[in-house]
Amino acid sequence: MLKAMLGEAWLAMGANRLRTALTMLGMVIGVGAVVIMMAIGQGAQYAVQQTISTMGSNLFIVLSGSFTTAGVRSGSAGGPTLNVADAEAIAELDGVTHVAPTHQGSRQLVYGAQNWSSQVIGTTPEFLDARAWSIVNGAGFGDSDVRSATRVALIGKTVAENLFNGEDPVGKTMRIMQNPFIVIGVLGSKGQNLDGRDQDDTVIIPLSTAQRKVFGTPFLGSVRMIMVQAESADAMPRVMDSVTALLRQRHRLREGTPDDFFMRNLSAAAESEAETTRTMSILLGAIASISLLVGGIGIMNIMLVSVTERTREIGIRMAIGARQKDILTQFLLEAVMISFAGCLLGLLLGLGIALGINAFTGMVVVISGSAALVAFAVAATVGIFFGWYPARKAARLDPIEALRYQ
Amino acid sequence: MGESVIRVVGLGKSYETAAGLFPALKGVDLDIRPGEYIAIMGPSGSGKSTFMNLLGCLDTPTVGDYFLDGHNVAHLDKDALARLRNRTLGFVFQGFNLLPRMSLQDNVALPLVYAGVDKESRRAAGRELLAKVGLAQYAESLPNRISGGQQQRVAIARALVNKPRLILADEPTGNLDSHTSEEIMRLFGELNAEGITIVLVTHEPDIAAHAKRQVKFLDGQIVGDHLTGEAPC
Repeated sequence: MLKAMLGEAWLAMGANRLRTALTMLGMVIGVGAVVIMMAIGQGAQYAVQQTISTMGSNLFIVLSGSFTTAGVRSGSAGGPTLNVADAEAIAELDGVTHVAPTHQGSRQLVYGAQNWSSQVIGTTPEFLDARAWSIVNGAGFGDSDVRSATRVALIGKTVAENLFNGEDPVGKTMRIMQNPFIVIGVLGSKGQNLDGRDQDDTVIIPLSTAQRKVFGTPFLGSVRMIMVQAESADAMPRVMDSVTALLRQRHRLREGTPDDFFMRNLSAAAESEAETTRTMSILLGAIASISLLVGGIGIMNIMLVSVTERTREIGIRMAIGARQKDILTQFLLEAVMISFAGCLLGLLLGLGIALGINAFTGMVVVISGSAALVAFAVAATVGIFFGWYPARKAARLDPIEALRYQ
Repeated sequence: MGESVIRVVGLGKSYETAAGLFPALKGVDLDIRPGEYIAIMGPSGSGKSTFMNLLGCLDTPTVGDYFLDGHNVAHLDKDALARLRNRTLGFVFQGFNLLPRMSLQDNVALPLVYAGVDKESRRAAGRELLAKVGLAQYAESLPNRISGGQQQRVAIARALVNKPRLILADEPTGNLDSHTSEEIMRLFGELNAEGITIVLVTHEPDIAAHAKRQVKFLDGQIVGDHLTGEAPC
């Protein structure tokens, strides 16, 4: 019987195609917005997770403070306020898993006839652990290399491609600031960071070598930046507070004087990016729910018109044995079918637009089954909720009155 | 009297109107035996339509009892009444009342949908009944493709599809010319000959003359009941 009724609902929808199509429009737009909202929202979440996972999780950096020379202030990390001893002290703190003092800058690399400008990072072996950075070819350097300032280098994929042109770089000697460095390993690919900078365009060398041979700091032992990894996201605020307290104490800063260092929470930057996208998807969600509401009211309106138009039909059906329940089911089915058809079109529209957004803006979208599921659940709910009143009205018609209706 | 298809005892129906309670039907008694062919006659407002609605289980009486097939209909709920309309009764209306969007075959088989019959059996029954009324070639056509007389034949096929005990026809020839009316009445005659009980409402004496028994209504009461051919009392 349900099958026969589905067929009839289909016929009824087809009887007035334009009207049915217009009625569905509200649902199409509403469901389309839901799908786009979820695709973008989940995409943002995914992108942030990706970024955080390449960046390393629960990281923050401590930058040395600025200093002023003849009224000219340097930017952050300009002054020699942090040193390797600070980093070693931070490593002793509770809740800290990795600490890596770093000194970085852009330098020209030379290999044979090729040259390439890249970001050179001087650091300790722990840096790779904190950033969860693997070595795909060759090996890393150890603490002894840092102690004795050996001239070894790890290079990123981009550097390997541009400087070595397909040659195996491991064991080759390249020059940074005239100093020969032996390439001992190639880093795994990380892709872009949050700013869109290529993280693979990087050379990593021991901190001491960097300070003495490459950057030539005037204050031996000072570092510009210390990267700290906390044991968990929850521990982050606590660890940041204790690092602040420790550094103020070590730098003998009196109460009231400002910090001579800065701290940046790297995960927070990614989170704030995600927050922006989430706001956008909430906005889309609001549009979607309003559209679904309007779409539902449209369905109710058309169903009421349909019940009035088909009063006589309802009378005939009752006369030949339709129960109230049968009439109710018939009209409810019709409403749900309009709703579902609208939902299906909306789903396709939403998918199309989401893929379009991805193709034209490069924004990450995630299309999941749960979006379709949500859309169909919404469609069924809207159809039943807004179809109920007209269907009940039809079912409660007096058969004699209905048969007499012209 | 147990074998009566219809037994009506003191049946009355009053309507609420602006002028107060209006008695459309005032205590009617009637027995209809299986195989009977009855014409109910009377001018408009005589209560014959009200009586038909009560017989058809479309309405419930204010007073009195109506036994259909031995069961007192007054005590049944709406679903049970719908079931009676579906299984025991077959309706034929003045305006044919076919559903315009459905093929003739589906129109004929529509009562079977509400009886819960599967699609294949519905198709077969639809075709069989259409063939019975001589319209098998129009099985897939829509109602507006055929003439009024043909539509009424389809409506009769629909009334027959659930093998009812009783056919209630309300002015079945009211919208037809005299020639087509004759064809329809011939069809009713054949059905009656097969043993189906027929109750026919009409105000045309020559249509009523096809029935075997004629009952006259006036002002909500039966004022005449005689067999066709006998002199009215």
